[in-house]
Amino acid sequence: MAMLQLTGVRKAFGDNVVLDGIDLTVSAGQMVCLIGASGSGKSTLLRCMNLLEPIDDGAILLDGTDISEPGRDPQPVRTRIGMVFQSYNLFPHMTARANVELAPRRVRGQSGAALSDRVAALFARFGLADRMEHYPDQLSGGQQQRVAIIRALAMAPEIMLFDEITSALDPELVGEVLDVLRQLRAEGMTMVLATHEMGFARELADTVCFLDRGRILESGPPARIFETPQEPRTRAFLSRVL
Amino acid sequence: MPTRREIFEARQRRRANLVAAGSTGLVVLAIVVLVPLAPGWEAVQRSFFNGEVFARTFPGLLNAFLMDIAIFAWCAPLIAAAGLLLAIARDLRAPALTPVKLAATAFIDIFRGLPVILVIYLIGFGIPGLGLPRPWNSPYLWGSLALILVYSAYVAEVIRSGIESIHDSQRAAAQSLGLSPRDTMRFVILPQAVRRVVPANMNLFIALQKDVALLSFIGPVEIFRQAGVYKSLLANFTPYVGAALIFLAITIPATRYADHLMSRQKRARS
Repeated sequence: MAMLQLTGVRKAFGDNVVLDGIDLTVSAGQMVCLIGASGSGKSTLLRCMNLLEPIDDGAILLDGTDISEPGRDPQPVRTRIGMVFQSYNLFPHMTARANVELAPRRVRGQSGAALSDRVAALFARFGLADRMEHYPDQLSGGQQQRVAIIRALAMAPEIMLFDEITSALDPELVGEVLDVLRQLRAEGMTMVLATHEMGFARELADTVCFLDRGRILESGPPARIFETPQEPRTRAFLSRVL
Repeated sequence: MPTRREIFEARQRRRANLVAAGSTGLVVLAIVVLVPLAPGWEAVQRSFFNGEVFARTFPGLLNAFLMDIAIFAWCAPLIAAAGLLLAIARDLRAPALTPVKLAATAFIDIFRGLPVILVIYLIGFGIPGLGLPRPWNSPYLWGSLALILVYSAYVAEVIRSGIESIHDSQRAAAQSLGLSPRDTMRFVILPQAVRRVVPANMNLFIALQKDVALLSFIGPVEIFRQAGVYKSLLANFTPYVGAALIFLAITIPATRYADHLMSRQKRARS
């Protein structure tokens, strides 16, 4: 069943066409990896899915509803789609726990023991039970990124978007964040990742999409994309990064 | 055992200290020797640095300075609150609130563009001129209002610069969680912005403490006015020097503290 469906999505910043007719279907429980060079449109595509950027043309359907319709209130949609950023974007003036509790409190009106128990359980699930009262600058990059993931999960989203979430991390911290993704994958979360971690994409993705100049040039199961890429550009890109 | 570099640096430091002490000593010596040679020095010393007059007027000046502090104390919180409201009003995006936004913008432009003393005169003489009954004709009231109007415009601009300094990624993160624009401002942007501009606002409040003296022109007997009274009474300017010392005793430590906060913030962000 298609959870998220994009048809003919176009987006330009001035004369610079960033997305040039994207068609993409993400089924429930699937993990889709977007790969491609910097500037190929991966990040913009994710930001459009979360309505952080309005699209110029085409449509984005979430569970069959067109969420990209101009004039539509983006807030309720965003609560259903979680997003994690490359630079974590934690709120630096709040503890890890306050970062996670803010949206459930203000958007969902949750409070009290029910909320704090649920949040504590989330921290425990991702091995951060002893870091709840720390401020972001007291946490390592890997821990901050895990808190950012917990913050998005606390809204119980139907789908999660990850924008190169390991790119800002020191190499020895990448593993702990990828482990969180593995865990989510095992729990059946629907996920879309923009990533440079080819090994990870190959191991876990259902579908890999190669983006080039705002188009999905090639997509398919990881084994096919990584072993028998059809397009010369895909081959050139893979030979550079593998 | 000090390393070669440590020995070298210690020698450099000794030399630098020696040169600094020598040049400072020369300048001080020149002032101490040359200034008393000026033809009017004795007259200036008598009328500005008169120890007897100083001792006689200083307690009275200190007492009058309590009025400056009181005016500052009731103006400051009102300025902080009004400045925050103005900064928010200026950033409003809802079309229905455009009049509020325009009014805030006009307010800020007008009161930042006028000399403080002019606003104090216009409001301090103008409004009581309407013939209002006591206590509504008090120069304390309208003088304070003039300070609040001018300084809240400055504070609003400082806070707005703080809001603009918060990186867009913070707004994106808040929005991606489904927070409303209002909650994003209230819980994510403003707390960070206000913290970031604390040193700049401290400098404004130091300036305010000094500008309280301007109210003396419309009546309130605060330290500057009191010094003027003593001057006329004793035909001596020393009370002004005493008043200057009292201001400096407050403003220099406060300025140093603001500088310290600012450099600490710079370190924390780098």
